[in-house]
Formats: sequence, structure tokens, C-alpha cells
Amino acid sequence: MSETIRDPTEDRIRSELESRFGDRVRIDKTEPRRVYVTVPREDVFDVCSFIRDALCFEHVSAVTGNDMVDRMEVVYHLSNYNTGIMIEITTVLPADDLRVKSVSSLWEGCNWHERETYELFGIVFEGHPKLERLLTPDTYEFYPFRKSYKLRGQP
Amino acid sequence: MADERKLECACGAAPMDTDKMWVIMGPQHPFSHGLWTLKAQIDGEIVTDAEPIIGYLHRGWEKECENRTYPKIIPMADRLCYAASMTYTHLYCMTVEKALGIDVPEKAKYIRMVADEICRIQSHLMWLAAVGTDLGNLTVFLWAMREREFFMDLNLRLCGARMTTNFPRIGGVRNDTTELFDRDVLRCVERFEKAIWDVIALVDDSSIFLSRMKGTGYLTREQCVNLGITGPAMRGNGVDFDIRRDDPYDNYDKVDFEVPVLKDGDSYSRYMVRIEEMFQSCKIIKQAMRKVAALGKNAPYRLKVPSRVPAGRAFMRMEDPRGESLMYLVSDGTDKPYRLKVRSPIFVNVSASKPLVQGSRIADVPVIMAMIDMCLGETDR
Repeated sequence: MSETIRDPTEDRIRSELESRFGDRVRIDKTEPRRVYVTVPREDVFDVCSFIRDALCFEHVSAVTGNDMVDRMEVVYHLSNYNTGIMIEITTVLPADDLRVKSVSSLWEGCNWHERETYELFGIVFEGHPKLERLLTPDTYEFYPFRKSYKLRGQP
Repeated sequence: MADERKLECACGAAPMDTDKMWVIMGPQHPFSHGLWTLKAQIDGEIVTDAEPIIGYLHRGWEKECENRTYPKIIPMADRLCYAASMTYTHLYCMTVEKALGIDVPEKAKYIRMVADEICRIQSHLMWLAAVGTDLGNLTVFLWAMREREFFMDLNLRLCGARMTTNFPRIGGVRNDTTELFDRDVLRCVERFEKAIWDVIALVDDSSIFLSRMKGTGYLTREQCVNLGITGPAMRGNGVDFDIRRDDPYDNYDKVDFEVPVLKDGDSYSRYMVRIEEMFQSCKIIKQAMRKVAALGKNAPYRLKVPSRVPAGRAFMRMEDPRGESLMYLVSDGTDKPYRLKVRSPIFVNVSASKPLVQGSRIADVPVIMAMIDMCLGETDR
């Protein structure tokens, strides 16, 4: 592995990701201090560990689930403490196979984000140390943030 | 680590084999400042394992938002954190503005900054009061709450409410600063800069405070970053990062302030960082109010915005009094959000309870956990 770049610029991140992963990573757009990336779910862990180790992204701001009815998405917001740049990684999961590899072994701060996403969307993070319900009661049977779970007054 | 401390505490005597015991602290416990539970496993007096339990206040905030139009979410965002309500509303408005692709008027940016910093001081004073009661000094509580009351009055002058202010709007702020606010804000800040020294003296001269705070809750910089701890707790661990300075939003890049960073990594350095942040907030308020005055009374403070947000995604983050908060918005082109995610700083900070309290004495647990400044409204959402 190449040495760590402590304060990468947006262009440097783009070129590093493209040279390392080629077609497997799609860079959607870049803005000042923001890079938006789409990654297939098989590569999420590899891309994340590359971003952490080679590009020095020490912090995960959030892991978000999103139900698009025909598919689910998991969105990672990673941030670099030297430059203030954030990378947004979007990965798409097919509705019938909601599994993605956990990144909480890379960043311990992801632990509860992934638990929350699991309990609210039913997305399984493989390799997570303790994938249990966190905010809702242990006996709860639903995944309440899915679009199929209707609130009162929701069409 | 636990074993070393055990030897140290036993004053040289051979360590005894004792049964480990789980102590359930909370949800109704004086130290918890809200409904949450800390299960601590203790071996004698030393905490060997800990597990936080949250969720008592989970009300499905993010899901509720999917059922409301964009402006109706503003009062809800106030209730995420009642001690610093304007920061979350500000963040929400910024996220929607980013999705709309609009730039708010200069004056609104400065007024929001003033409001944010007032909330930061309020929140830190509330935290200081809580630390005072946790350590058994009621005078700290009373004096910090008294100082906070002046800033509550500023809120009242600015927008007519003390706590849940409902003040920022998508595209600006609800109203211009009032004359009473202009008159009082500098008076209040200048008075505060002197008066807070009374409270600082109470804490710094107290051997109880110092012996409870110095050297407890220690984390290394790497641990702290990897656990995702943000805000003053992180800056007390030597991480030189503040979103206001390093990823500026609104006009924070146009004011001059410093980011306090201490390298000790214990409870005392987290305390010192918060105290210094209050002084820096005063500095920002003064500069921003000067800019507001320079813009004049006729400058626009609010834009008309469309009720529908174009389909797409947007996220914004900001420096909350407690850490990094982030909102991620997915819109589908209607007048209601498709998905709105809130990243709460305390949600992540409290998940780091185990490494924070492990190896410390059970009597130190309240002050260690007080240093992350619990607020359950935003943690459980």
C-alpha cells in the first residue's frame, strides 16, 4: 500500500480512488470539501479501509439507511480532520438481500450507527460485534423506518 | 489497565478475588441527566465493564418528518435539543437551503451565528451547572444557571421565546433583530465575560473538583478519534478540529476566533475547553453584531423560498455545542422530505462510555459521563 496522504485535496482523492479501484468506484461529483462516490456493496469495506488508511479519513460522521422501495441504500459520511473534506459513499442493496459488510472494525464510532440502521431498516451488517436493537424495545417486530411501515395519515 | 489500578488502589496489598457485580445506574439516577441507563460492572470499586442503554425517549423523529411539510419541521427541530434549540433548527434550514441551492442574505447569516453562539453559551452553562450538582457543589449550579438566565433573556428579546425558539427559517430568519436585542446583547456579553470568572474560581479553587476531574476519563487521541467522539470532548483530547473553522458554514470564515485545544485527554481538559469556548463565543457574538449593525436596518433578512424541494440529496454539518451534528436529506420533489437523517453527536459520544469509564472508580463515573454533556432529546430522536 502506498503511504498515507495526510491532507488530500478533492482532486487527489478522485485520482487516488480511480487509480486504485478503477471502474469499481464511480465518482459522481466533487464540490469544495465534498466528494460524492458510489460503490457496489461488495467493495464497501475495501474502499473504506483504503480511505481510512491511505487518505487519512479518521472519522465517520454517519451511517444512514434509506429505503427507496425497490432497493435500499446505505450512505456513509467520512471526514478528514486535517482538511475538513468529507466523502459521501452511497451503496445500493437489492431489496431481497439486505446485507453489507460492517465497517465498525475500522471505525468503532460506526458501531451504534450500524445498530441503528439495522433496527430501523433491517439492513444486516455482516461482522458487526453486536447487532441488536438499540432504540426500540428488544421484542419489537417491525423495521419502522421502512416505507412499508405507514404512519397515521400517510398515504 | 484495570488490573494496574486495582493494585494501586489496594495500597500495595495483594489483590483480593472479589465477585464482579453489575450496578445499574439510571434511568432515574441523579447523574444521568435524562432517561438513560449505564450498566457498570464493578470489581470492588473499579469499573471493569460498562454498557450504556438508550432508547427510552425514541419517538421516531426522522419518520415523523416524512409526514410533514418542510416548514412544519422547524418547530420539531427545536425539540431535538432543548438546551440549544437554535442550532438544530439552523442546521435543518441550512440542509434544506443546500437542497434548494439558495444562498441566504448576509444579515440572516450573521443573526443565525449570533443565535448559535448564544445557544452555545447557554448549553455550556447548563452543562457547568450539571457538573456542579454531580460533584455536590450547589453554588456552581445556582451561579451557572443565573448566568444562563441572562442569555435566556436575550433569546426572549430576539424571538419572544426562551427555550424552543422557532426562529431560523428556510431562507433566513423569522425577524430582524429588535432594538431591545441590539441594546442588550453587548451589555449581556460584556457582563458575562467578567461574571463567569466567579464560577470558574469556584471550580478551579475546589480540590474536590480538581481531584475528580484530573486524570479521570482518560483516552488517547487515536482512541478518541476512532470512537467518533466529537466536540469539546474531542478537542480536550488534542484533536485540532472545529467545523466552524475547518469546514465553515454561514459566515464563520469571516469572523476571527480561536479553537481551544488541550492535549491532556482527561475530564479536566474537557472542562477547560468548554470554558474557553464560551469566551470565544462572546468574541464571535461581538463581531457578528457589529456586522449586523453595519448592514443597516433595511438589509434583507429572509428570502421567499419555494415549498417544493427539487429531487436530490443534500447534507450539511455544523458544530453543535456538543459536537458534530449532521443532517442528510433525500427529497423526491414533493413538499415533504423523503428521508431526513439526523446525526447526533451525543448518540456517538455515549456509545464510547465503556472505554471512557473502564478502569476508573465508580465514584468518578458521574463526572466522566458529565463531560460528554448528555442530552437525550437528540440522542434518542
